[in-house]
Amino acid sequence: MSDGTAGGREAGSTFADRLMGRVKLGGLLSLAAPVLAIVFAGLITSVILLVTGAPPIETMGTMVDYGLQPRPLTLALNLASGYYLSALAVAIGFRMNLFNIGVDGQYRLAALIAAAVGGAITLPAPLHVAAILLVAVLVGAGWASIAAVLKVRRGVSEVISTIMLNAIATALGSWLLNKDRLAVEVAGSNNIGTQPLGPSAQVPGIPLIPGSPLKVDGLIILAAVMGLLYYVVLNRTRFGFDLRATGRSEPAAVASGVNVKRMIFTTMIISGAVAGLAGMPNLLGESYSYSLNFPPGLGFTGIAIALLGRNNPVGIAFGAALWAFLDTSSNILQIHDISPEIVEIMKGTIVLSVIVAYELVHRYRISAGQRRVSKELSGGPKVQAEGASA
Amino acid sequence: MSEGGLTLAKAPVVEPPRPRRFRVTWPVLLSAFGALVVLLSVTRAVTGAADLTSAGAINAAVALAVPIGLAGLGGLWSERAGVVNIGLEGMMVMGTWCGAWGALHFGNPWAGVLAGAIGGALGGLLHAVATVTFGVDHIISGVAINILGVGVTEFLSKITFAEMPGGGDSQSPPVPKPGIVSVPGIGDGLAALESGHWFLVSDLAGIVRGLLTNVSLFTVLAIALVPLSYYVLWRTAFGLRLRSCGERPVAAESLGVNVYFHKYAAVLVSGALAGLGGAFLSLVAATAYREGQTGGRGFIGLAAMIFGNWRPGGLAAGATLFGYTDALQLRRGGESVHALLLVVAILVAAAAVYQLVAQRRTRAAVISGIAAVAVFVVFALTSTIPSEFTSVAPHVTTLLVLSLAAQRLRPPAADGVPYRRGQAK
Repeated sequence: MSDGTAGGREAGSTFADRLMGRVKLGGLLSLAAPVLAIVFAGLITSVILLVTGAPPIETMGTMVDYGLQPRPLTLALNLASGYYLSALAVAIGFRMNLFNIGVDGQYRLAALIAAAVGGAITLPAPLHVAAILLVAVLVGAGWASIAAVLKVRRGVSEVISTIMLNAIATALGSWLLNKDRLAVEVAGSNNIGTQPLGPSAQVPGIPLIPGSPLKVDGLIILAAVMGLLYYVVLNRTRFGFDLRATGRSEPAAVASGVNVKRMIFTTMIISGAVAGLAGMPNLLGESYSYSLNFPPGLGFTGIAIALLGRNNPVGIAFGAALWAFLDTSSNILQIHDISPEIVEIMKGTIVLSVIVAYELVHRYRISAGQRRVSKELSGGPKVQAEGASA
Repeated sequence: MSEGGLTLAKAPVVEPPRPRRFRVTWPVLLSAFGALVVLLSVTRAVTGAADLTSAGAINAAVALAVPIGLAGLGGLWSERAGVVNIGLEGMMVMGTWCGAWGALHFGNPWAGVLAGAIGGALGGLLHAVATVTFGVDHIISGVAINILGVGVTEFLSKITFAEMPGGGDSQSPPVPKPGIVSVPGIGDGLAALESGHWFLVSDLAGIVRGLLTNVSLFTVLAIALVPLSYYVLWRTAFGLRLRSCGERPVAAESLGVNVYFHKYAAVLVSGALAGLGGAFLSLVAATAYREGQTGGRGFIGLAAMIFGNWRPGGLAAGATLFGYTDALQLRRGGESVHALLLVVAILVAAAAVYQLVAQRRTRAAVISGIAAVAVFVVFALTSTIPSEFTSVAPHVTTLLVLSLAAQRLRPPAADGVPYRRGQAK
């Protein structure tokens, strides 16, 4: 098999195929895209900083210095475990062309109900944690199943239905988080939250980073296990093969005996189940209660990180770490009188430029492949048949 | 010409029996509107929820429908050219800041309107570069633009409004507002009629007064954009070419249409319209820019467009419906939206009768009938709807409409399909 045919085959793949990692880019080149995007985003951010009168290099140096100190680093790792789970949930859908924009609603509703159930019951430690995780998984999957049913039975695009379900989840959440229902007053503030979890449901932290006064959330292990599971299920099981096949070519999947509707349903529910876990590191490791200031927006962050990591479990881990690092290190900017929102611009630019960069790298590979073919063709007739088919 | 072609031409032309198709004509539209007014009037008389047809509620409904409608129009322009625009929300957020900043900086509300359109169009330009030039997946680019739009806007508001007197990190000082117009000489008479609470007369007076008095000039402009969009997209050569890019770009290209140019134009206009919607929020609907002002209205605009089957008229109807539920929720929401349940029950019951008598679909009629009874039971057993749920009326409506009618909707054929110049098919 010559490189020419490989390039030609990829020319027939859609953009989604390449983006979702269904077509392999070369090892170095696939790394080049995110690096390029981050450098480009850094440039844009520097220009904005210059325009607003702040020295870019110094500012970023300050951010990195602060971000690498033990305490912010611990905070970043804690953030990253939630981001990672959320991004995994998005990535599961992406691998078969499903846009689960509803991760946001799924994780918030799951965290709220799991926190309420966890606060109401008392069980021995491991069982208590397991029960809360189970509730979260069930609620996340249940909420996602609405979008799944609408898609499979009524042909409603999951993009629109999950956006609407996010808003409905917000309403349902604020209705449930009321002192007449699931909420109690948080001691010492005018905040309200669910009944705090008892000690048996609190997952002990891990003193992972020396010199930090804080511990890393114990459920970072859950995130790692889920990443491993994601890799094994998608790449080493029949189900994962079917899933990837459906995402890559629906007719081909049907021909090989895949029930596409059932695949869509199952994938959406699994994605929702994983989304349900996204709020757990925070709930069981830090806050022990779902209150009004439970971290919002994890779902949309997950979409960005899944794109950045190209749905690869290791790539997503890097993406989640980068996002969390940017989040915590931006806290120092306020002291230097720079608006921390600059980081949001940087993140948006990274996402937009990384998807463009993947496309550019891909086009470069195609044209390189074509050049190679034409060179081989002019060299001798041996590869002519192959070249023609490509 | 071949022999076969000639015989074919001679063969008697048999018109296939056309299925009776429901067509929206002016008489149908007017009688539907009349029936709706009567229905609302009956409901108001039965439940005593005066805000169903009060001038204040109608006025608020129009004001709330405008940003949704503008976002929907934005979606219409870009999707008609084949580019899905989930980024409307981000462009709208840009519009809120640009609108307030322009109005404050130049001391003129119309400068704000223009700035809002430009801000939104910049977001549109970004979307066009990503999707048209680079062929990036439309939804992914849209999600990225939403993230970016919020970040840029929050950043800009911190560096601009924080130093202004009366402003803050997440809020601008009060902005100058566009002028307000009324049809002269009818306000007082209608108000007197409305306060009488007579069946139908007062309701009509309230609706007319709400529509014709105290209307912002920006609202008038926005409403005029709906027929204008229809005219440009369906009655000009430019519009035909633009829509052909959304239906079959390869065919359009083979006829010499510059697909990239039309897609760019469509997405730029789309962004400008969404930006106008954002500027409306900060200039007319509120008195200043506030963080998170859009509250997902860009997405609701998208829903209104789908509700309207990718047509300007249907989109306007969808926006009005969503604006109306939004307005009721603000004006004694629990009571008013609760009364709306009765309207829904009656409408669904009417649909059941129609299905049974005119269409002879017994099973569908039974299901609709059960649904009508269920809604009525909920209406009878409760006295109010929690305020948390009244705010999601548009979202629930969208899900219902999509689940009931998704098969009958017809988006542009190449909507959301990446296209590269010179591709084979």
